[in-house]
Amino acid sequence: MARWPKPAEGSWTEHYPQLGTGPISFRDSTAPEFYELEREAIFKRAWLNVGRVEDLPRAGSYFTKEIEAARASVIVVKGKDEVIRAFYNVCRHRGNKLVWNDLPHDETKGTCRQFTCKYHGWRYSLEGALTFVQQEPEFFDLDTADYGLRAVHCDVWNGFIFINLDEQPRQNLREFLGPMVTGLDGYPFGKLTERYDFVAHNNSNWKIFADAFQEYYHVPSLHPQQVPSAVRDPNAGFECAHFQIDGPHRVVSTAGTRCWLMPPEYMYPIERATRSGLVGPWRTPDMGELPAGLNPGGIEPWGISNFQIFPNLEILIYGGWYLLYRYWPTSHNTHRFEAYTAFHPARSVHERIEHEVAAVVLKEFALQDAGMLGGTQAALETGIVDEFPLSDQEILVRHLHKEVVEWVEQYQRETQPAGV
Amino acid sequence: MAQTLLPSAFAELEELAQTWCLPTERERWNQRLASSMAEMREFYDAFFPRLEEAVEYCDKFSLDDLPEDVVNLLHLIYSLVMVAMAIEIFGQPKPTDSADAVLDRVGAPVP
Repeated sequence: MARWPKPAEGSWTEHYPQLGTGPISFRDSTAPEFYELEREAIFKRAWLNVGRVEDLPRAGSYFTKEIEAARASVIVVKGKDEVIRAFYNVCRHRGNKLVWNDLPHDETKGTCRQFTCKYHGWRYSLEGALTFVQQEPEFFDLDTADYGLRAVHCDVWNGFIFINLDEQPRQNLREFLGPMVTGLDGYPFGKLTERYDFVAHNNSNWKIFADAFQEYYHVPSLHPQQVPSAVRDPNAGFECAHFQIDGPHRVVSTAGTRCWLMPPEYMYPIERATRSGLVGPWRTPDMGELPAGLNPGGIEPWGISNFQIFPNLEILIYGGWYLLYRYWPTSHNTHRFEAYTAFHPARSVHERIEHEVAAVVLKEFALQDAGMLGGTQAALETGIVDEFPLSDQEILVRHLHKEVVEWVEQYQRETQPAGV
Repeated sequence: MAQTLLPSAFAELEELAQTWCLPTERERWNQRLASSMAEMREFYDAFFPRLEEAVEYCDKFSLDDLPEDVVNLLHLIYSLVMVAMAIEIFGQPKPTDSADAVLDRVGAPVP
């Protein structure tokens, strides 16, 4: 039976009537033509998170980001004025990729005083200005002021660096994020800097993996091992406490457990011995007062809030630590998955071990999610079935696919000639 | 026998440490997938009863200034965490139903 109250309409899905309740199509995840539209309509228009301010600790710190979906490579750099900027990674002289290390398609990072092109030695300042041209008098009417690096719109929200590849973004970053996401203003992400980073190359459309992390309906079936077998209920379901939608973004909250209050048989021996596990370290340092937006449904006892920020970012906040996922499409049926866990810097060996345990357990269960992808993508691509019923627990899956289709349709309306 | 790795209080684990004292997650993961359940069970049964003692031993030192034998003991603890996933949770080396999925850890604090 239901443990958590539903909205007055009777369901979370009907609370947002624009979503409908009928079966949905996954053609948006199988059709190469749809992917070509998504690249323009979404990945060249939406704000995209590419890193954290901690990735650029000092003036001259930089990293490059490959955004295959937008056919772009971007340099993100902290200038001498401490401002973070982004530029297309293209030398203005002959179009060589400006910043790379061993192989041009591999991302790189480091610290420098200026950028120097490997090919003919043109140099650019950290602020993007062309500062040196080899044998400049050999050129014709060359004004270096006209040949600075091409800028990419770049802004920072709560330490998260976003870029926008649109020539003129339709919304600034805060408008794009909207009130639900900016309800996390003031959450101390900057204190959680001890990171375990992961990357995977998955054989599915990017949305199919995002779907796995925006519903918990699959948990008892795919991840039964999250509960020790002695106390596992074979008929257990999973019910989320709160769902919320704001513009293109989504959040789901679940109730929490206080691990140290649970009977020991509900924990694996390694969890009891290290006081850490699936939900992270059992106890984390006090982070001070947290913004109300962290728990928008006011759930008690609160466990997690999982913010799905359109299009391809997920920030999943636990008590005292968080997870971040990004899904970067590399074709209509492949994507690069980036993930990290972020904790406060360990103050003792024991705390470091707690972080290691959480990072290890995360990978175990994420591999189960990823293990579904090849089979799902292949089955969807047969096209045999294209009407898929979604439960109320899967409202966020419904919303992501609807939103993606709407962004594509909006793009088509704007770029196709009116009438016929 | 190869060079001694662990603090003398954990001398009984020296032989297992030759296999399981691995500094990176990639090595620990690969060792797990290359091991039989019997091999992992041997390591688990030998070390798990002393895990909390080992954590306490390491915890006496500052994280920034761990002697080499303590770093080795910490790596052995990390391997036990890795092996516990197979022994306690899945009953097989690989996570159940993970198919051909791969997730590489590409960054982590040291040690």
